[in-house]
Amino acid sequence: MPTVLILGASSDMAVAIAKKFASEGFDIQLAARNSSRLQPLQSDLSIRYNITATLHEFDAEKEESHEVFFSSLQPGPDITICVFGYLGEQKKAESDWKECSRIIQVNYTGAVSILNIVANSYVDAGKGIIAGISSVAGERGRQSNYVYGSAKAGFTAYLSGLRNRLFHHKVHVLSVQPGFVYTRMTEGMPLPKPLTAKPEEVATVVYKAILKKKNVVYVKWFWRWIMLIIKSIPEFMFKKLKL
Amino acid sequence: MKKDIANWGNYPVMESDEQNFIMLDDMARYVRNTETFIPRGNGRCYGDASLAGNTVCTVKFDKILSFDAATGVFECQSGITLDQVLEVVVPKGWFLPVTPGTKFITIGGAIASDVHGKNHHIDGCFSHHVEEMDILLADGNIITCGPGLHTDLFEATCGGMGLTGVITRVRFRLKKIETSYIRQKQVKAANLEEVIRLFEKYKDYTYSVAWIDCLKKGKGFGRSILILGEHANLSDLDAKQQSAPLQLPKKKQITFPFNLPSWVLNRFTVKAFNFLYYGKNFKKEINNTVSYEPFFYPLDAILHWNRGYGRKGFIQYQFVVPMEAKQGLIEILQRISDKGLGSFLAVLKIFGSQDSLIGFPMEGYTLALDIPVRKGLFEILDELDRIVLQYGGRLYMSKDARMRPEVLKAGYQHLPQFLSIVKKYDPHGKIRSMQSDRLGLTSQVDTPVYTHANTTY
Ligand SMILES: Cc1cc2nc3c(=O)[nH]c(=O)nc-3n(C[C@H](O)[C@H](O)[C@H](O)COP(=O)(O)OP(=O)(O)OC[C@H]3O[C@@H](n4cnc5c(N)ncnc54)[C@H](O)[C@@H]3O)c2cc1C
Repeated sequence: MPTVLILGASSDMAVAIAKKFASEGFDIQLAARNSSRLQPLQSDLSIRYNITATLHEFDAEKEESHEVFFSSLQPGPDITICVFGYLGEQKKAESDWKECSRIIQVNYTGAVSILNIVANSYVDAGKGIIAGISSVAGERGRQSNYVYGSAKAGFTAYLSGLRNRLFHHKVHVLSVQPGFVYTRMTEGMPLPKPLTAKPEEVATVVYKAILKKKNVVYVKWFWRWIMLIIKSIPEFMFKKLKL
Repeated sequence: MKKDIANWGNYPVMESDEQNFIMLDDMARYVRNTETFIPRGNGRCYGDASLAGNTVCTVKFDKILSFDAATGVFECQSGITLDQVLEVVVPKGWFLPVTPGTKFITIGGAIASDVHGKNHHIDGCFSHHVEEMDILLADGNIITCGPGLHTDLFEATCGGMGLTGVITRVRFRLKKIETSYIRQKQVKAANLEEVIRLFEKYKDYTYSVAWIDCLKKGKGFGRSILILGEHANLSDLDAKQQSAPLQLPKKKQITFPFNLPSWVLNRFTVKAFNFLYYGKNFKKEINNTVSYEPFFYPLDAILHWNRGYGRKGFIQYQFVVPMEAKQGLIEILQRISDKGLGSFLAVLKIFGSQDSLIGFPMEGYTLALDIPVRKGLFEILDELDRIVLQYGGRLYMSKDARMRPEVLKAGYQHLPQFLSIVKKYDPHGKIRSMQSDRLGLTSQVDTPVYTHANTTY
């Protein structure tokens, strides 16, 4: 069975994605910082779904380690899903460069660093699938989270360019644009229920989109239209809004 | 996030900050830094045992850690539910050693209530099959305990309603099965005397339970159907079943979409009972082979059937009286039928002998029945409590939402010992529920645990 690499496997969304693919019979490589914390997930996936699950130490912020990390994976993964992200605190990031650069680094630089390596390897092989979990926050900068949003905007643009390049090498790239998602990261935030997805819903969307070789998917689907409206508000009006 | 929560009886309701955890270190940090809390599983107890202002919910803490299909030893995090365990172990020829009447409870909840099944007289409670477990204490430290290892903590946790700490990891032994089917025998009993005789006659059966019609008066008082079962062997199956003897039952479920007025469910259960009892096909005795699902979990086929009792919720009243107190059983059933308590069906089981610190079972008869909450109900139940105590019995905390502290004290002889162990492991009384406060197990001093409770009925 094909192998799926999950980058940033500790988040609720990543766990749900890992479960979904494992339940469909894929072998799973779980990559994260402090990967030993994921031992329960590793045993769970192997026992429940009769697949092979392995743990791999990976730190998005340590770009210099990415080359060795990826080349040491045995077997090389057929599908790579980049799930990690760091929401951070917008207010803090406005005056604290450390926080600000961390948001940029995890969500953009780190993702680009590892996916460059994956992409080149897939080009050499002439096959492979890459999926990146970006965010609707990247579609228009808003005062409440524009540092995170701008990093995700960069990531979204990167994925679209990568898709364009890799298409000619028979490698597929999927961009996933979730809206609100219930996770440990957002617990306690008053999220509007109809607009908010469960991690399991994200997982199902990602799984189906990969099978169908979709290019860009939103979770939930109406976020595409919500963002279309948000993007079409003229700037002179948009700047006055409290968003 | 704060929200209103309730357990299976939908009574009482309380506002709670429910926290979910995937990682043990996150859970431990929260427990260490939180003033008071109670562990919470899947909310399938009936009353207020897993309600508090802060709840540590385990349902996402549900990973399988190891499973040896050769020896049947299973190790998991505490929040996994029984249905998930069954899905993994049944196809490999194993079954839960003990299961309650629903598969939607967590392993943590199974230990905290020390649940019993229809096989208590043969296999005891769930905790009898536990080899070892980890408890996350109120101070954030974790202790491994088991029979023979921190035995005091182990004994106070089995049936201790979450008060010693959060059970995080459990290793227990499964039961070997040849097929996923049950060889079932159903026997009709004309009255209470007869069903008690039948229990005695069939006491070697692994599984036994009786459904009693509480409304029937006179000669047919206590008429019932005794349901017996054994795990079927390969040779008990027909050719089609034999081709996949360990097959999981098909998932067929309907959901109760909203709260109904309480008479609806009662009528429904009465009809079901009468159908069975008077049904053309129901001879004195029926023998057949069925999947484990309808045998163990007949009610799980209807998700949220508790909504059938309406918005005010309901109480499940479950007590046990010693074998020799048969008269007590009759007296209570009579009282229930006289008062027209609105519960048409009661479930009767027998318990084997058990010597536990705080667990519910003792050798005797246990009866459970659902009663919709309404004015005057609690006074009637207080009366029933008195009869139960008079015959040397006790009530099941896991079903309770209203008993008085004196009733608990009188029923559970080892209570002082239990409380001293709780105090040893949680000296500041951080772990407390609406129930433990109500029953005086935790002191309700300055900060009441709960902010709002729907106690108007
Ligand atoms: C339809 C139905 C049939 C039932 N039949 C039976 C039966 O036949 N026999 C029987 O014995 N019971 C029966 N029950 C009761 C049920 O099995 C128990 O109440 C069980 O404890 C519920 O588990 P839960 O996971 O839902 O936990 P909850 O209901 O959330 O909590 C129950 C108690 O366990 C504690 N707890 C939960 N998880 C943990 C943990 N990880 N660590 C420490 N404490 C914890 C809570 O604090 C609370 O005190 C039945 C219930 C229903 C709804």
